[in-house]
Amino acid sequence: MSIICAQNINFSYATNPIMEDVSLIIDEAQIVAIIGPNGSGKTTLLKIINGTLNPASGQMLIDGKDTRLWPRKDLAKTVAIVPQETATIFSFYAEEIVLMGRFPHLSNYRFENKKDYRIVHEAMEKTDTLTFANRRFDELSTGERQRVLIARALASEPKILLLDESTVFLDLKHQMQFLALLRQLNETQKLTVIFVTHDINLAAQHANRIILLYCGKNYAIGKPAEVITAANIKEVYDVDVLVDQNPQSGLPRMTLIS
Amino acid sequence: MFLLFLAIGIISLCLGSVHINLINVLNSLTNAFTGTASLSSQEELILFSVRLPRIIFAGIVGASLSIGGAVFQAMLRNPLADPYVLGISGGSALGAISGIIIGASSFYLGIPLLAFCGALVTVFLVFVVAGGTRGPLLDNSLLLSGVVVNAFFSAAILFFLSIVNSLELHSITFWLMGDLSRASIREISLAAICLFTGFLIIYAQARELNLIVQSEETALHLGVNIERTKQLLLIVTSLITAVAVSMAGIIGFVGIMVPHMMRLVFGSDHRLLLPASALFGASFLVIADTLARLVLAPAELPVGVITALCGAPYFIFLLKRKSL
Repeated sequence: MSIICAQNINFSYATNPIMEDVSLIIDEAQIVAIIGPNGSGKTTLLKIINGTLNPASGQMLIDGKDTRLWPRKDLAKTVAIVPQETATIFSFYAEEIVLMGRFPHLSNYRFENKKDYRIVHEAMEKTDTLTFANRRFDELSTGERQRVLIARALASEPKILLLDESTVFLDLKHQMQFLALLRQLNETQKLTVIFVTHDINLAAQHANRIILLYCGKNYAIGKPAEVITAANIKEVYDVDVLVDQNPQSGLPRMTLIS
Repeated sequence: MFLLFLAIGIISLCLGSVHINLINVLNSLTNAFTGTASLSSQEELILFSVRLPRIIFAGIVGASLSIGGAVFQAMLRNPLADPYVLGISGGSALGAISGIIIGASSFYLGIPLLAFCGALVTVFLVFVVAGGTRGPLLDNSLLLSGVVVNAFFSAAILFFLSIVNSLELHSITFWLMGDLSRASIREISLAAICLFTGFLIIYAQARELNLIVQSEETALHLGVNIERTKQLLLIVTSLITAVAVSMAGIIGFVGIMVPHMMRLVFGSDHRLLLPASALFGASFLVIADTLARLVLAPAELPVGVITALCGAPYFIFLLKRKSL
């Protein structure tokens, strides 16, 4: 069943159109990659999915309900996002940052209980961040901060996880760990994962579906083999590439031709 | 923290131009609860009708200003924000001074009421200049318009100062530097009620504040209804600080200094930071006011002189530290 359904979405910043008539359907428990050149509307699409931005026309339905009609806390329980980078003014401990992921589950005047701490502990274990739970967030490296933010998103126990280029700053080991974790959550908890990336091979290897955006339009959507073709890449990115098959997985593999 | 405040309060009861023995103070306090008196009537008079209300009042004002500072710093994500910088204090001052000039002091609550109106008008003005009535509030523009409105009010205050007679001048100067000696019991209880209800409302938003400090977008992602929360906090915080300023005059640096000190000790979680700032702010202002009473005894200094003398060097220290 479709968990995300966009219907004819238009969006613009001031008079600059960013999304033009985008429609798409994403089924539950899929891993979806969004790719496209700079300024093609990838991050905007994520923000429309989690209700940060409202489309100028058209609708974004999550679980069949328009994002504008969702109470904010309920939407935050369903959709979690890992942003690219956050800068804070006053310093918080890494663990406090992850605890914030529990916000939508708590009512006012309440401190987190044992269950919340357990969930936070698990999220930090999965992202290999427990070792710096008691260090200050702003003293961590970019990759470590990214993992803390991933833990925060996991701590809110979402049904849909949005990732905005979250793997860019991770070293190879943590990248592989993280992708394995996403697959595991996807299989065991039916988590729907949508990630924005510039790494086309990463998208091809790990996503069930790929959305290729071009100038605010949904240029192509489908299985990796359908979307990652030399012709599509030439048209959208204006570069010549060679697409063959990864000998291990049989999925498309792209090589730049210089 | 609360015990610290109590201890400071009791010590401050002893000190003053007439020194009262600590044991006598403690006796008299316990007797007040049981209903018997042991001190000479003059000492009791000083204790209960002069010092105690004044200490309570100093505590309320200190707490209000500190909470105001903590909330504004978080909400605007700017370590330099406080009620003073946002122009609330300046607005109140202008209200109070026009009150003194037109002779509103002869009416009950005349000056505080005008000062309060001044504060509210300022908040409204700052909002409008920052474009708050349409679209989302931009944090820097709110702070900038605070600075602009403040500058305008300072000019207006100076203008008034140059046209009034010397008697009025003295009372205006005292007001401008903060004066805790004039509040009546009724005013004090009014301020206490405002502080208490205001604090409860603000404290309910403590976790929202934690998220807003991260960034407004993060807060939104994690389910904070951001515009509503910000408006609520702005209104309630402006109200409690306006009440405090309208009765006590301009006392600078408390609102900016106390939350930073508490952050160093307790971290940035507002569920701890807000009550800690309130209690420490209260203690700090009681100490400052006691010093103000002692330094030139039997004459008095305006308490704002003391807070500014401690506050300005501390402020420079903060600016020099990189972690601000």
